[in-house]
Parts: sequence; structure tokens; C-alpha cells
Amino acid sequence: MAIHLDENTKVLVQGFTGQIGSFHATDMIKYGTNVVGGVTPGKGGTKHLDKPVFNTMKEAVEATEADASIIFVPPPFAADSIMEAADAGIRYCVAITDGIPSQDMIRVKRYMRRYRSDSKMILTGPNCAGSISPGKCMMGIMPGHIYLQGNVGIVGRSGTLGYEAASQMKDVGIGVSSSIGIGGDPINGSSFRDHLAAFEEDDQTDAVVIIGEIGGPQEVDAAMWAKENMSKPVIGYVAGLTAPKGRRMGHAGAIISAVGESAAEKVEILQECGVHVVPNPSSFASVVQEVLAKVS
Amino acid sequence: MDIHEYQSKEILADYGVPIGKGGLAYSPEQAAYRAIEIGGEVWVVKAQIHSGARGKAGGIKVCKTEDEVSKAAEELLGAKLITHQTGPQGKICHRLYIEAGCNIEREIYLAFVLDRANESVTVVASAEGGMEIEELAVTKPESIIKIAVEAAVGMQPFQAREIAFALGLDKSQVNQAVTTILGCYRAMRDLDATMVEINPLVVTKEGNIMAVDAKMGFDDNALFRHSNIAELRDKSQEDAREMRAADRGLSYVGLDGNIGCIINGAGLAMATMDMIMHAGGEPANFLDIGGGASPERTTKAFNLVLSDDKVECILVNIFAGINRCDWIAEGVVQAVQQIDLKVPLVVRLSGTNVEEGRKILIDSGLPIIMADTLKEAADKAVAVWKETTGK
Repeated sequence: MAIHLDENTKVLVQGFTGQIGSFHATDMIKYGTNVVGGVTPGKGGTKHLDKPVFNTMKEAVEATEADASIIFVPPPFAADSIMEAADAGIRYCVAITDGIPSQDMIRVKRYMRRYRSDSKMILTGPNCAGSISPGKCMMGIMPGHIYLQGNVGIVGRSGTLGYEAASQMKDVGIGVSSSIGIGGDPINGSSFRDHLAAFEEDDQTDAVVIIGEIGGPQEVDAAMWAKENMSKPVIGYVAGLTAPKGRRMGHAGAIISAVGESAAEKVEILQECGVHVVPNPSSFASVVQEVLAKVS
Repeated sequence: MDIHEYQSKEILADYGVPIGKGGLAYSPEQAAYRAIEIGGEVWVVKAQIHSGARGKAGGIKVCKTEDEVSKAAEELLGAKLITHQTGPQGKICHRLYIEAGCNIEREIYLAFVLDRANESVTVVASAEGGMEIEELAVTKPESIIKIAVEAAVGMQPFQAREIAFALGLDKSQVNQAVTTILGCYRAMRDLDATMVEINPLVVTKEGNIMAVDAKMGFDDNALFRHSNIAELRDKSQEDAREMRAADRGLSYVGLDGNIGCIINGAGLAMATMDMIMHAGGEPANFLDIGGGASPERTTKAFNLVLSDDKVECILVNIFAGINRCDWIAEGVVQAVQQIDLKVPLVVRLSGTNVEEGRKILIDSGLPIIMADTLKEAADKAVAVWKETTGK
């Protein structure tokens, strides 16, 4: 098992024929992901990378029975593509696109409230590196070879910092059940908490690593939720101890604008909630190792 | 992107927000002329810089004669104003806004923000105007009124009325306040603003509502659909290095330390900075070179980091996903050769094509200190920095 995506997941690529979409779709197929086709409006009926191209998501889902999609559509049109995926009945959607206006994301979130929670699409991103269940399915732009298959879940805002954690773990023989990127934007499709809940129910995940950063309330929310609702241990790291207040550190969401949003404040609350805090970013593997030893 | 007070007021006035009579000035003569044009007996000369708390920094002067206006203008134009928002380097004032003075009966705080927690536009108001909201949140949290706007239908008049009555406004002022509140909301929604702040919104002795200050911030990601807003950008108010970085597709924030950083990914960049601190050093900057970094972009990153005189050592940390270590390595070698690098350089490569990348660095014969892990990279950078500078 894994969460959200595995060897049975049928993936559509939105923005399939573009340069970026083509590049990463090729990589995903090479990794073994079951890419069943893609959507580029106006190019329906053609073939790309040996897979069928469709004009609309509805057509694509009908023809391929896809249950997941990954979005490489440029920022001005990406919010529209997310809503199109939700309306076509996609179950899991990864939005890679960086630079979607915040108010577009507010509208997307509002639009998705029309679905009942059991039929609502799970959205991760935007502005993320994607999701991977090692050895089964990769929906993203990450280097697949740095992930070992295993029993630790990862949820993180940053792409490359997630790679750092996964590769440190691989070096000591610890594998990953699924790694989910939720993205660096201020308003994103799903939160740490949503994925912690999924990992809690996954019988092949024994512990979960959350990789956060400065800005926003999500890490603290997740830690408080985990304290009440999780039996599995949670390991956490918050990047940005050196970040000054009010300056945006790369990610649109990585800005300290309110009390409780600095790395030091978040770490303190995480600790209070019983999260095993990784003291510095070179200790992911050692902390996970210690925690796993206690579990078994 | 932030804009000036006078620009925010022009925009908000179009949405029905009442503002005073005023005009822009670039010189003392122009300032005096504006005062005559506006008329009245009291004028306020306001420094236009991208920062709040200008009053405390001496950026707002009340004048009773045209002479005083001209003198105030002379003092402020070209002056560097330092507020807690500008940082110690301050911001230079190049424009003035001359405004008719008004008789203030009471001051109100009104702001519209993008609230991440409930994913909506949220209105924040308080009957205790004039103070900053951070201060209010600590000293008078009970005075803060908060209302979230439902994105599907937008702000409704009843919500604006609720705020107006909660602020304790007289019934003759409520309609004006409702127009003001709804106007600000529409401006925020239509123009993809991330923030509208009116502090203070005043009730005049004559019983009218008026925005005495106004501040707007806009979503950079949405400027593509608002060319008229993008044109309001004032580059003189932005950090020169950060702007140069943005123009080159790099994300840069200058800091106070001595170890220059070149990293891919915002999260990894922050983590590497944390690691430097953990090893006993201090980072000189945040720099994310992004995905698909070409040798040219790597060279630009080196130039940018070295444009900070404080930099006494450089740490490159790349975890290649979309990037390839061999491209980065080529870029590093090119940059070091072109620039004639005088400070020690530590490079850590990981991910796609890492062996090829390391080989390129070693074969170049350049004095590059190699590291395999994040910890090793930070330790080596801090050690070599201490060694060469004796700090």
C-alpha cells in the first residue's frame, strides 16, 4: 500500500504536449508510471509519446478511465485546469505549476466545496515537486532514483529539501511509502493535516516526516491534529531559522507575517505536541532511525 | 508588489472611497504650488516611500503656510527614512504627496488581507485607529473585528454594516462607511490585491468619513492581467540587488552574514542557511537559482552574491532534480574562471549526474573544496571562512 498513488493509478497529463509537460511525462513513463494519455485543447485525436491526446478532461477520463492527473499548464490557465480535472471525476490531482494567482486558488478551493467529501478530488500543490510512491508510481518532477521503497511517509512544502530528506534516509537504508509535495504557495490544495490523516490509515506506513518552513499556520495545525488523532509517530523539521520577518524567502508562502509563523515558534509548538523535531537539516536520517527503532 | 500612498488613494477613490484633496510633488516649488492649488489653511506634506510608520520616522509634516510646505519638501526630498519596516538601510524619498489637512474627530483601523488560514479575503477593523495592527493585537485584542468574505458571492452589504455598527459609528456615518468598506473590497478583488490597509480611516469633526492614509499590495503572480497596476512599480523603493536578481530569474534576499549561498530550491536554501548557522557561521544571503540552471545563470548567481562586499566565502549546494549536476559544475567552473574568484568556494552536488559533475570540478584544477553531504558542506564552509579571515 501507499497513499493516493500506486501501480494501479492511471494518470493523465494536463498540458501534455508542451515542452515541460513532455519532458516530465517522458520521465514519469520511464519510471513506470501508468500514463494513459494527456489533454491539450485543440490537439485532440493526435498522439504524443505514443499516448492519446484529448481536447477536454471529460473526454479523456471517459476514454481512459484515468483516476489521476498532473498539471503542467502555465499559471494564467492552471486554476481552470484544476477545476476541469475535479469536474471530470479525477480522484487525485497534482498541480506542478508555479505562479498561480492567490485569488484564483481561493476560487478553486471554493469551487471544490460543491463536491461531497467522499467524491471530492484530492489536490496537491500548486508549486510543488509532485508525489511519488517509490517503485510504484511517480507523479512529479523529482529524480525517482533517490527514493527507496519503504515504510516512512513524507509530506513537505519544498521540493529539493524533500529530496535531501529522502536521500539521507536512503543512505542508511530507510525507505519511503509515499512522498507528497504540498507546495510552497500561500493557498494550496491540501495541507499537512490532510495527508497525515491518509498516512495514519495506511498499513504500510509506520512513521511520517513533515517538512515545513516559515509562514502560515499549517505546520502547527497539523501537529495539534496529530497529537489528538495519530497513533503513528510524526517527525518534523521547519526550515528558515535564519529568515528575517516580512521578507519573502523564494516561495510565495514563505514569509513571516504573523505571530507564530517563524521557524523557532513553530518548532516549539511542534515539540509541545509530541512531534519528534529534527534539530538541523542534516539529521533527518538519524532522527527517523531513532523513532523507527522505538516503533518496532 | 507594493505601491505608494498616493497611488493607492487614486485607485481607491475610483471605487468610491472618500479621500482628501491632494497632489503629487517632485520639488519644493511644486509642493508650494500644490498647496496653493489645494487651498485651505493646513497642509500635510507626506514622504512617499514603501513603508508604514512614516510619521515616527519624520516623514509626515503638518504645515500652516506655503513657505513651511516648501521647507518641509526640501527636507524630505532625497532624505533617507528609516522605519521598522524598511530595515536599517532605510528608504529614500523621491516623491511627496501634499494633502489638505482635516479636523480629525476619531481614528479607525481598516484592512483587507488574504487570510491563509480560512482561504478567503478577511476584513480586519478596529475602533482604535492610528496604532499599528501588530500593536493592537497585543494591547487591545478585544477591539479587533474580523469578518471573512465568502469568495463565491463576494462581500455583502450586511457584512459592511456589521463592521460599521461594531465600530460604533453614528447612523449618519454608516452609509459612508459601508460604501468605503465595499469599495475597498471590490478594489482588492478586481485588481488581485493581497492587502488594502487604511490606517487611519477618520471621522472628521464635520462628521464625514475619509481615508487619511492608504496602502495596497498586489499579487506578483497576477500582474500579467493588470498592466495598469504593473506600471505603478517604483524600482527606487526596491532593494537594487534583489531587483537585479529577479530580472535574471533568480530569487535573492540579502542578509547580514559573510557566507554567500547559491542553492536550488527555496526550502533547501533556507535549510542550508540554518545549517551554516548550526555550524557557527552566518549566511550573507538567500539565493534560489531555480530549476534548469544553465552555466550562464550560475555565473550570474556568482556575480550577484559577490556584489555584496561582506561575502568572504561561497557555499554552493545543489540537489539536482530537473537540474543536472554536470551543467551546474560547468557553470561553476566557467564562473570561477571568468570572475577570478578571490574567496574560498565550497561545492556540494547531489542528485542527477552527480559523478559527472564532481569529475568536471576535480578536472578543472581549480581550488574548489568538495563536500558530499549538507553537513560537510556547511562545516567546511564555516571552517575555511574562519581560517582565511581569522574570525
